[in-house]
Amino acid sequence: MANVISDATIEYVGILAKLELSEEEKEAAKRDMGRMLDYIDKLNELDTDGVEPMSHVFPVHNVFREDVVENGDVREVLLANGPECTDEAFVVPKTIE
Amino acid sequence: MGILELTAVELGKWIKSGRVTVEEAVQACLDQIKKAEPRVNAFVTIDEEGALCRAREVQRKIDRGELTGPLAGVPVAVKDNLCTRGLLTTCGSKMLYNFIPPYTAEAVLNLERAGAVVLGKTNMDEFAMGSTTETSAYGETRNPWNLEHVPGGSSGGSCAAVAVNECFYALGSDTGGSIRQPSSFCGVTGLKPTYGTVSRYGLVAYGSSLDQVGPVAKDVADCAAVLEAIASHDPKDSTSIKRADTRFTEALVDDVRGLRIGIPRDYFGEGLNPSVRDAILKAVEVLRQKGAVVEEFDLSLVEYAIPAYYVIASAEASSNLSRFDGVKYGYRASAYEGLHSMYKKSRSEGFGPEVKRRIMLGSFVLSSGYYDAYYLKALKTKALIKAAFDRAFASFDVIVAPASPDTAPRLGQSLCDPIQMYLGDIYTISVNLAGLPGLTVPCGTDSLGLPIGMQLIGDCFQEKKLIRAGYAFEQSRCYQGPALARELERLPKSEKQRGLSGAEEKASRAEAFGSAFKERADWMKGGSK
Amino acid sequence: MRKEYETVIGLEVHVELATKTKIFCACSTKFGGAPNTHTCPVCTGMPGSLPVLNKQVVEYALAVGLAVNCQVNQHCKFDRKNYFYPDNPQNYQISQLYLPICHDGFVEIETEGGTRRIGIHEIHMEEDAGKLIHDEWGDASLVDFNRSGVPLIEIVSEPDMRSAQEVIAYLEKLRMTIQYLGASDCRLQEGSMRADVNLSVREAGAREMGTRTEMKNLNSFKAIARAIEGERERQIEILEAGGKVIQETRRWDDNKGVSRAMRSKEDAQDYRYFPDPDLTPVEIGDDWLERIRQARPEMREEKIIRYQKEFGLPPYDADILTGWKRLADMFEETTALCGKPKEVSNWLMVEGMRLLKEQGMDGDGLSFSPKNLAGLIGLVEKNVINRTVAKAVFEEIFRSDVDPEAYVEEHGLKVVNDTDALAKAIREIIAANPQSVQDFKNGKEKAAGFIVGQTMRAMKGKADPGLVNQLVRKLLEEAK
Repeated sequence: MANVISDATIEYVGILAKLELSEEEKEAAKRDMGRMLDYIDKLNELDTDGVEPMSHVFPVHNVFREDVVENGDVREVLLANGPECTDEAFVVPKTIE
Repeated sequence: MGILELTAVELGKWIKSGRVTVEEAVQACLDQIKKAEPRVNAFVTIDEEGALCRAREVQRKIDRGELTGPLAGVPVAVKDNLCTRGLLTTCGSKMLYNFIPPYTAEAVLNLERAGAVVLGKTNMDEFAMGSTTETSAYGETRNPWNLEHVPGGSSGGSCAAVAVNECFYALGSDTGGSIRQPSSFCGVTGLKPTYGTVSRYGLVAYGSSLDQVGPVAKDVADCAAVLEAIASHDPKDSTSIKRADTRFTEALVDDVRGLRIGIPRDYFGEGLNPSVRDAILKAVEVLRQKGAVVEEFDLSLVEYAIPAYYVIASAEASSNLSRFDGVKYGYRASAYEGLHSMYKKSRSEGFGPEVKRRIMLGSFVLSSGYYDAYYLKALKTKALIKAAFDRAFASFDVIVAPASPDTAPRLGQSLCDPIQMYLGDIYTISVNLAGLPGLTVPCGTDSLGLPIGMQLIGDCFQEKKLIRAGYAFEQSRCYQGPALARELERLPKSEKQRGLSGAEEKASRAEAFGSAFKERADWMKGGSK
Repeated sequence: MRKEYETVIGLEVHVELATKTKIFCACSTKFGGAPNTHTCPVCTGMPGSLPVLNKQVVEYALAVGLAVNCQVNQHCKFDRKNYFYPDNPQNYQISQLYLPICHDGFVEIETEGGTRRIGIHEIHMEEDAGKLIHDEWGDASLVDFNRSGVPLIEIVSEPDMRSAQEVIAYLEKLRMTIQYLGASDCRLQEGSMRADVNLSVREAGAREMGTRTEMKNLNSFKAIARAIEGERERQIEILEAGGKVIQETRRWDDNKGVSRAMRSKEDAQDYRYFPDPDLTPVEIGDDWLERIRQARPEMREEKIIRYQKEFGLPPYDADILTGWKRLADMFEETTALCGKPKEVSNWLMVEGMRLLKEQGMDGDGLSFSPKNLAGLIGLVEKNVINRTVAKAVFEEIFRSDVDPEAYVEEHGLKVVNDTDALAKAIREIIAANPQSVQDFKNGKEKAAGFIVGQTMRAMKGKADPGLVNQLVRKLLEEAK
C-alpha cells in the first residue's frame, strides 16, 4: 500500500469532518482510506497537462434571480424540525465561555 | 389479468375510461404493499391515509376534466431522498429519522401536477451511498426475483417496489448508476436523464454535480411518459436547463433503421460476467436485425472513471452532508459536552459506516495541500472523459453497455469490501461524470433467473434516441415481472400479514432513536397546508 | 534601547450590500425582524434546498470594483468555504476564492505626507452568517438566521498602510465611495461595514514582512485606532523580549483595551475550498461592464467641483457638504426646493454640524425632510421670523422634523412688526429709564442700544430688530 494514513491524519480529518471514530473505526478508516487513495493514484498515469478542470458539464452561466422579496415568515415550519428550539430560535450549546 | 400487471400508462387509460377508479388502483397497491413488504422491505414510509385521501381528490379532478394527462391517478413511489412536504424523508439514514420536510421536491411537484398519487417513500442506501440498498438504517431491501439477493442500489427500494407491483412506477436518483444498476438487478426499466433535465430542488444532495432524478418503470413507454412529466426548467435550481424539446413520448417508435450503435470494446472485456455479455450482445443483435448499424469501438479512459468519480462525489458529499449537525433538523446525540462534542457525537451516531467513509475521504482530498493532486486532477480527468464521449458520439447515436459487471449479488456479499463494491459501478459512473442520459432495459436473465439489463447511453439531450432504441428492442419481448409479484397478488387479501407492511416496526425503530416524530408529522400535515 | 519599528497594516473590509433580498434566496434583508422571521429553506440550510444568485449583488460588486480602479474577472465563480459553526447553516459559506469578481485596484488617500495610494488586492462576493444570541444565565446560545445569506463584499487591501490614521483615511474613502454608489449604507456601528485588521511590525528599514495577526471585532473608528496601537505594542514587546509573533486571529475587546487569541483545537483553519457545484459561473461581458460604468452616479470629487461651479459655494463648504452622502443629498434636495444654496449650506454646516456633534452623530445621522429646512429658510427670507427664533426652530426640525410654518404659528414666534404696538412698548421703556434719555441727549450712542436691547427682551426676541432700532431713535429724538 503506497498511501499510509497515520493516526494523526485520521484525527485531523475527524476534526474537519466533525466525526469521532471508535478505535475500531479508526483502524478501518486508515485501511480503507489508504486503499482508496492507492486506487485514486491511478489518475497520475493520465497526462492532464493543459486540460481545463471541468466543474460543470454544460457551459451554462449567469443564472440569476431578480432582487425581489418573495418569501414571507415561515419560522414555525422551519423550527418544527429542530432538535431543540425556543418559539423563536434554534438552541445550541453555548458558543462562548 | 389484475390491474397490478398494467403499466403506468395502461392504468392511466383504464382510469380515464372509468374502467377502474383511482382509489381502487391505490388500494390495490396498498394491498400488494401489505403482502410484499415483510419480504421485500422496499419502503421506509407508507402513507396509506394520505394516498387514499389524495386518490379521491385526483378522481374528482379527473371527473371534472381538470386532469387529463397519461399519468393522472396512477400511484407512484418516491425515493426517500426527495423531500415531500409533511411526509417523513429519511434518506435511509438515522440522521434524518424524524425529518418532515416543509416543502416538496420540484420533481415530485411536477408529478403531482400530472395527477400522481404518492404511496410512500422507498428505501435506499444511506444518502444514496451504496450499490445494494444494504446501507439503509431501515433494513436492507431484498430483490423480488430472489429474496436472498440484493436489489442493487442506491434506488433499490424504488426498483424492487416497481418489480413486485407495489406501485406502477417510481422516482429514483442517480449519482453514479443508482437508477440504472438496480433497474438492471430488478428487471425493470430505469432512465437517468441528461444532467439538468430534472430539477434537483428538494433532492437531498449527495454529489451535486452528478445527481439527477429519473423514472423507474415497467417499460420504456412509462419511462418516457414520466420523464415528460418531471422534466422542467426550474428557476430554483441554477443547474436546471431550459430544454427546447421534452416531448419524449414522441420517440416511442418501433423503428431503428439507420441508428448507429457503438459497442465499446473496453466495456465487454475482462471482468464482465459472460452471461451478462451474451444477453446484451443478443439484444444488440435484435436491434441490428431491425436495421440499426452496429459497430465496435474503443471508448478509452474507462479505468479512470471510478477514481475520478470517488474523488468528486466524496468531496461534494463531505460538504453537502456537513449541514447535518444536530442543530436544525434530524438526529442530535443525547449526551455531549459543548458544541463540538455535540457536532461530533450527533454525526458519528447519526451516520452509518459507508457515509462516514466517504465523508472522511472527501474531507481529506479537499484538505490543505491535497486539493490540486486529487480534486483538480479528478476534474481534469472528468474533462478528458467527456471529450472521449464527445468523440464517440460523433460516430454513434447510442452506445450500448452493461449496467453492471454481474447480476445481483447475494445479500451481505458486497459490503465487506468497499473497493470491490465501487468497481461494480464501472459501466455507469462515466455517464454521470459526462452528464449524459442513460437507459437500462431488461434483456434477459442469468442461470439463476436473476435479471440482466442492457444500458443504452446517449449524447447530452439525446434521450429520444435512447427511448427509440429501447422501445424498439422492447417490442421483441414482453414484460415479465418476478414470480413473487404474481404469487403475492394471488394471496387472499384477508390473510393476516405481519403488521402493516413492517411500517409499525419501522416506526418503532425510528421512535427508538429519540422523540415522537409522528406527532410532528401530524402537526405539519394539519398545520401548514 | 528599543529599536525603531514600522507597522504594516492590511485590511479586510466586509460591506453589507444594499439589496432588498439575500444573495441566494428571496428573503428580505431588512434589519431588525423578530428572530428567524426572514428565513426560508435556502438560508437555513434545509436538505435539498439550492442557491440562486441575486443579480443585484453582482451589479453592486462591479460598481464598487470599478470605482476603486479594479480589474474585473470577467469569468468568475463561487466556492464553498467549509467550516462548522452554528451561525453557518450549511456549515459551508458560499464565497469566492479562486476567481473573485475584482482584483488589483487602488484608492488614493490624503495623509500628512501627501497623497498615498493604497492597493486593493481583491474584492469578492459572499454570504453573511446568522447571529448567535447568548443566554446570559443558561448554558445555551440561540441561533437567528435572519442575517444568514445577506450579501457581502469583502474588500481585501494590500499591506500598504503604516498607521491608524492611514487606516481610517482608507476606510473613510471606501465608505464615501460605496455610499455614493448606493451599494451600502456602510454603518460601522450597525455592522454594515466591518473591518478586520491584519498587522505586523518590522524593524525600520527591513524589507522582509513580519508575522502578521488578524484582529476582529472592531466596530468603530476609535476601536480600530486603539486596537492598532495595542497590537503594535504587543508585537513589539514580544520581539523586544526575543520572542516570535504567532500568526493567529485575535479578538479585540475595546472595553478592556486588550485582544485575545481565538484559537481552539477544534478550529483547523483548513477550509477545503472547492467550486460550488450548485452555482454556475458568472460571465461579465464588456457590454455589462459598460452599463455599470454608465450608470455610475456622481461621485464626491465631481460634486465638490459642481457645487463650486453651479452654486458658487466656497471650496470649504463643498468639501464639508460632500463628506457624507446623506448630507450632500440633503443639501441638493433643499437647494432644489428653495433655490438658496449658500443659505442651505450655512444651516447644514453651522447649525446642522453643531447638533450632530452634540448628539455624537455624523453626517449620516440627518433624518429630517429637506422640505422643512427649505420652509425655514423661506420664513427667514420673508422676515416672518428672525434669526434667533430660526435657530430654535431649526433645532426642532433637526430633532423631530417639524413643519416650521405650523410650529411658528403654534408657538407664536412670528416677528412683531406692528409699529403702534412697538412704539407703545418703547415709550414705556423710555419712561422707565430717564437716565438713558439723559445720556442720549449728552450724545452717548450706547444709550440707544440699551433701549433697543430692553425692547427686544420685552418682545421676547420676536420683534424685527431693524424696525425697533429705527423707532427707538425716532422716539428718543422726540423725547430730547
